Amino acid sequence: MPIHNRDKFLSNLAANLGRPRKIEGVERPEYSVQPQYEVLQGASQDELIDVLEKHCEVIHTDFVRTSKQELPNVVRQTIDRYEAKSIIVSNDKRNVEYGMDQAYNQYAEELDMHIWDASIGKENQVIAEKADVGISFSDITLAESGTVTLKNDKNNGRSISLMPKSYIAIIPKETIVPRMTQAAKQIHDDHVNGIETPSSVCFVTGPSNSADIEMNLIVGVHGPVNVTYIVVD
Amino acid sequence: MSVKIGDVSYKDRIDKGIENDFMRQAVSSAQGRFRKGRLSQAEELGNWEDWRQLGSEIRTHTLENIDYYLYQLSEQVEKRGGNVFFAQTAEEANEYIENVVKKKQAKKVVKTKSMVTEEIGLNEALEKSGAEVVESDLGEWILQLDEDPPSHIVTPALHKNRQQIRETFADKRGYDKTDSPEELAAFAREQLRHDFLTADVGITGCNFAIAESGAITLVTNEGNAEMVTSLPDTQITVMGMERLVPTWEDMEVLVSLLTRAAVGQKLTSYITAYTGTRLEEEIDGPNDYHLVIVDNGRSKILGTEFQSALHCIRCAACINVCPVYRHVGGHAYNSIYPGPIGAVLTPLLDGYDDHKELPYASSLCAACTEACPVKIPLHEQLIRHREIIVEEEKKSPVSEKIMMKGFAQWASNPAAYKLSTKVARTALKPWTKDEFVENGPGPLKGWTDVRDFPAPGKQSFRAWWNERAKGEKQNANS
Repeated sequence: MPIHNRDKFLSNLAANLGRPRKIEGVERPEYSVQPQYEVLQGASQDELIDVLEKHCEVIHTDFVRTSKQELPNVVRQTIDRYEAKSIIVSNDKRNVEYGMDQAYNQYAEELDMHIWDASIGKENQVIAEKADVGISFSDITLAESGTVTLKNDKNNGRSISLMPKSYIAIIPKETIVPRMTQAAKQIHDDHVNGIETPSSVCFVTGPSNSADIEMNLIVGVHGPVNVTYIVVD
Repeated sequence: MSVKIGDVSYKDRIDKGIENDFMRQAVSSAQGRFRKGRLSQAEELGNWEDWRQLGSEIRTHTLENIDYYLYQLSEQVEKRGGNVFFAQTAEEANEYIENVVKKKQAKKVVKTKSMVTEEIGLNEALEKSGAEVVESDLGEWILQLDEDPPSHIVTPALHKNRQQIRETFADKRGYDKTDSPEELAAFAREQLRHDFLTADVGITGCNFAIAESGAITLVTNEGNAEMVTSLPDTQITVMGMERLVPTWEDMEVLVSLLTRAAVGQKLTSYITAYTGTRLEEEIDGPNDYHLVIVDNGRSKILGTEFQSALHCIRCAACINVCPVYRHVGGHAYNSIYPGPIGAVLTPLLDGYDDHKELPYASSLCAACTEACPVKIPLHEQLIRHREIIVEEEKKSPVSEKIMMKGFAQWASNPAAYKLSTKVARTALKPWTKDEFVENGPGPLKGWTDVRDFPAPGKQSFRAWWNERAKGEKQNANS
């Protein structure tokens, strides 16, 4: 049985609240204020990109803006800047749309390239752990906080953004929204419309860091040490 | 460990805190930084009070309907392939988790930082049953190596300096490099990577569980929660039953309040929302998932005047503004929940017997109430605790009893009262410096050891009042 002790537990709560148990009929109230929708309200896509770029300084993240045509070159330059030799990338259908499938083939002539492959199972994690750079697309990008939202699936493992020493996020311009409010609303609406929530949604804001030793900021304690965002017009 | 950390007396804990110069300096500089971060984020938003109002309304609605939302959450987790265990007590929770670990024949468990697992003493329970438990948050890992309890909710090892950390690494793990934070952290990264990859079970706490979809949200800067939830095949989430929100949209608001109020960040580096087991053909994430929902005394708070204490989102904003915490540090509270919220919550969860001093560890300046992003009236709840301790439980601290008894005798004898107020200034002169009494005599000593006590005025209030009344009379007559 997958659910244990529920009835007794919940009846106790209801009793303490002085009423019978509620199993249905609870509606979220109209909250008296909704300030989350006011942030960057009415900002144009270009203004949002400016906000994103500026916040990248705060979160120790490199920011590049480029065109679709130039994207393969810019990605390559970033890889070289990290002096990376081994790369792991998501098996995303946008690879084709953005010309990255061909680019990855080309990189493979000099670099150790791995495209996430569900058929080899856990081996993907081992490759990701040893890789110098992981590359994937942002699904929703939050301008206010400089955050990429990664809805992981069988072609886009969580390990790609997490295990390699450096991470590159390719950000299609149209994925940029003001803040987390819009991302949460989208996932909420999907759920209401019967689209299952992904098993992992990860909001990544720059490299991993910690201030646990005498409050000194140290980058790359568990996850990547370097992060670059590439916004594609 | 349980809510209570040890058996050292309140006074000894305070003395220890006050004598620890490094800790006091670290706490005061951390308080300054966190407080500044929170205020600048609030200023940037410009409508912080609206945000607090919204946070407060979401928490109130959720707690009022907690049975409904926990039911919905459990249904969703089951739908996504997970198991849900409702644990009334710490023992029930530990037993269930131990059984999962035993069934998997797990040798190694990796964990994220989690207050509720500290509260129920999970690590000790698992270690007793033979599994190695590794804390993966850098601060928690340091404390685990050193067998020391946390002293702050957000930065648990705040009380330790880098030399102490270096020594711990050297003694326990053969570390031979310098005490630079970068080198220390690089060493921890290397050690922990190995643990992540070889662990059989991952255990996390829960910042917010989303009832509508069954997602569990974890908020970290290090990314260790991502590691713990991505790599081991078996996952267990332990949540205090109140760590719940109705929908993704509510989660988003509370996460925004949490990261701003805690450390002044718009969002932390990682916010992870994972739901049930991994889907078909997925590689990262668990294939066996368990959610353990813990009561452990929380339900007693429901329906009482303290219900809003359960609104707490563990941001530590109240701790970061508290003048008492600033002086005595986290360990003085003898609870895994320090600071003002700890002083409110600990007696509610663990009774007054061991924690009757805590509601007095407050200046009642209300800075905590003002800082709380979900508007818990902390200082009012502290006053209410004091009333209960004095009136109902008859457990006011001994020092206060003696002082109050003496005060009552003295104040009810007009002649003694009149005489002593008249001579007080002169009598206390040997202990007075710059208009403050230092190291005062008798019952005053307990006070002046930890607080300022202004020297009695040159003129007593009564004398001043009489003169004023005389003056008014003269004015009226003229």
